[in-house]
Amino acid sequence: MATSTPVHGSRAAVALRRYWRANIRIMAVLLGLWALAGLGAGILFADKLNAYYISGTGFPLGFWFAHQGSIIVFVLLILAYCLYMNRLDKRHRRELENMDQEG
Amino acid sequence: MSVQAWTYLFVALSFGLYLFIAWRTRVRDTRGFYVAGQGVPAAANGMATAADWMSAASFISMAGLISTMGYAGGIYLMGWTGGYVLLALLLAPYLRKFGHYTVPDFVGDRYASDLARIVAVSCAIFISFTYVAGQMRGVGVVFSRFLEVDIHVGVIIGMAIVFIYATLGGMKGITWTQVAQYWVLITAFLIPAIAISIKLTGSPLPQAGLGNTIEPSIAGQSGVYLLEKLNQIQTDLGFSSYTATFVGGWDKVNVFCVALALMVGTAGLPHVLVRFYTVKSVKAARWSAFWALLFISLLYLTAPATAAFARYYMIDSLNGKTAQELPSWFENWEKTGLILWMDNGDGVMRYSAGEDNEIFRSGTLSAAELSDVRVAHQAWLDTGGAGGADGREVLRARGFSGPDRDIIVLATPEMAELASWIIALVAAGGLAAALSTASGLLLVISSSVSHDLYYRVLRPEASEKQRLAVGRGVIGMAVVVAGIFGIYPPGFVSQVVAFAFGLAAASFFPAIVLGIFSKRVGTVPAVCGIIAGIGFTAFYIIACVFFGMETWTFGLFANGINPQGIGTIGMLINFAVTLSLTPLFPRPRPEIEAMIDSVREPEEAGPAVMIEAAPER
Repeated sequence: MATSTPVHGSRAAVALRRYWRANIRIMAVLLGLWALAGLGAGILFADKLNAYYISGTGFPLGFWFAHQGSIIVFVLLILAYCLYMNRLDKRHRRELENMDQEG
Repeated sequence: MSVQAWTYLFVALSFGLYLFIAWRTRVRDTRGFYVAGQGVPAAANGMATAADWMSAASFISMAGLISTMGYAGGIYLMGWTGGYVLLALLLAPYLRKFGHYTVPDFVGDRYASDLARIVAVSCAIFISFTYVAGQMRGVGVVFSRFLEVDIHVGVIIGMAIVFIYATLGGMKGITWTQVAQYWVLITAFLIPAIAISIKLTGSPLPQAGLGNTIEPSIAGQSGVYLLEKLNQIQTDLGFSSYTATFVGGWDKVNVFCVALALMVGTAGLPHVLVRFYTVKSVKAARWSAFWALLFISLLYLTAPATAAFARYYMIDSLNGKTAQELPSWFENWEKTGLILWMDNGDGVMRYSAGEDNEIFRSGTLSAAELSDVRVAHQAWLDTGGAGGADGREVLRARGFSGPDRDIIVLATPEMAELASWIIALVAAGGLAAALSTASGLLLVISSSVSHDLYYRVLRPEASEKQRLAVGRGVIGMAVVVAGIFGIYPPGFVSQVVAFAFGLAAASFFPAIVLGIFSKRVGTVPAVCGIIAGIGFTAFYIIACVFFGMETWTFGLFANGINPQGIGTIGMLINFAVTLSLTPLFPRPRPEIEAMIDSVREPEEAGPAVMIEAAPER
């Protein structure tokens, strides 16, 4: 593939490893939030959160997370992932182009 | 115009549209047939995925389930949306980068084994068939309720439409038809919800209306929150409070397990996964997961509102009313048997959780059985309890207390006294939801048989033309088989559909995730994991549902695990078996490791693999 020319093959490999680590990191963070919102607030802590209400509405917090809040969080998580990963892809490509220019 | 005339008009218009799209998108090669030429824009693919995903059950039954389950209904809302996060982060971009036709393709190539491929194909076909039979039945039900044609005729009309656009256009035809179907079904769901929300809470946004106060003209006082009022009515009548957590059999462990099984199962369902092969690039695969969930969330955020509105409206308009005061929608729907009234003789309707409840449904009773119950009940009333039989006791003993859950969505427009064209729109929406899901599943069946079995295993030398012909033939046969299942539903289908998620969670999900994120996992551990996971899950479900086995507590939990949630345990078993066997077996071959590397690489570093150039076997 274009990235593994002998001159900077190892540097490209390093860049790729860095890319993959960044990918794993953002995934871990977002999946943590996913578990926190859906499984945590919506289920595990729902009974405790139900003691609080969203001000100005009739929503008990735990019930709201189970019926609406978690879904909103899920949509935002995927949006964040798309934006971050597409930027990461671009940065990675720029890095490789710079290597090509430096030779 | 009458409701029926409007319904005929909408159904004919929408079917005409689907056929027109099918003609415009007909295909000539297997790449177009299986993955729509990989040229579908992300937003359109997201919309098609949403329609593919939202079945007759999501459209017709889900709001009704939530309406009777209250808080615990959230398992369906969270479960069927949470899976998209897993899909977007863990699977979709990588599967697109891999760039083949089907899910068994990935499993077979990654684990370099025809056994793994065949196991994956069997799982895909089994899951898809149980699911598609339910959809065909849904088509028949909508036809028979709204157009008063025989349920069998309804199924056959639905089959004919799917047959035409699926064989002609394959994935391409199905994708663009699903885009149209999304609009039909979301309009049909939102319009009644908005109308009823304005009426009940004064908010044009049903999602916000759920947390609003009830209009003073309806509640009789101002400043009462809908949910608060609903909780009070529910407890007054002996039901559990609507927003209270963990009541009845739905304890924390079961809610957790079922929600997680549905989430993971969503991410493992073959007809959803295959959608991410149809887009242009990895970037588009990520965006299309986002669009899909956004479009799905429109319906899923509205469903809990529809559920609560209908719950309030139904109790309020029925409980304590005399025959003269009953709303007209009750009489219309009483004819269908979805809701029945067995009076205790005082002429006032009671709806409660206790023995004085007078609202029932006909359930699985035949018309003759039901009329026997009615006659005996009338005799019981006339003789003051000396003769006949109390219909309330008879129906309660059969488990048919309360209205059928499907009535919540189907009758909502009438409850809100909306125009007849809106009522007709719901019929077209229900059909769109059922047909779009059915066609997506049929394509998975077709590609599993014709691509994975016929081409990859049996006849690798088959020409492009032969493969396309086999693909079309199989999808045609699959439509017929699904239709027959719809007309003569085998008893197990309706019971098993709910468990397809557990099976997918316990089989595909761990195998694919480990295949991408671990280079070390080899063939034998993965295949053993799949077999252990799906074997355990299937055993538990079959034993509990068909042989009355006691649910297991695993010595840890207060209550046994609901068979719907056992997929969570099955998935853990799959992971555990695979990971503990891995050190005992050799690493995958170097070319497999190279393949994993190329799947992980960002797109610009190397072009997304084109199917023609993809490594064959």
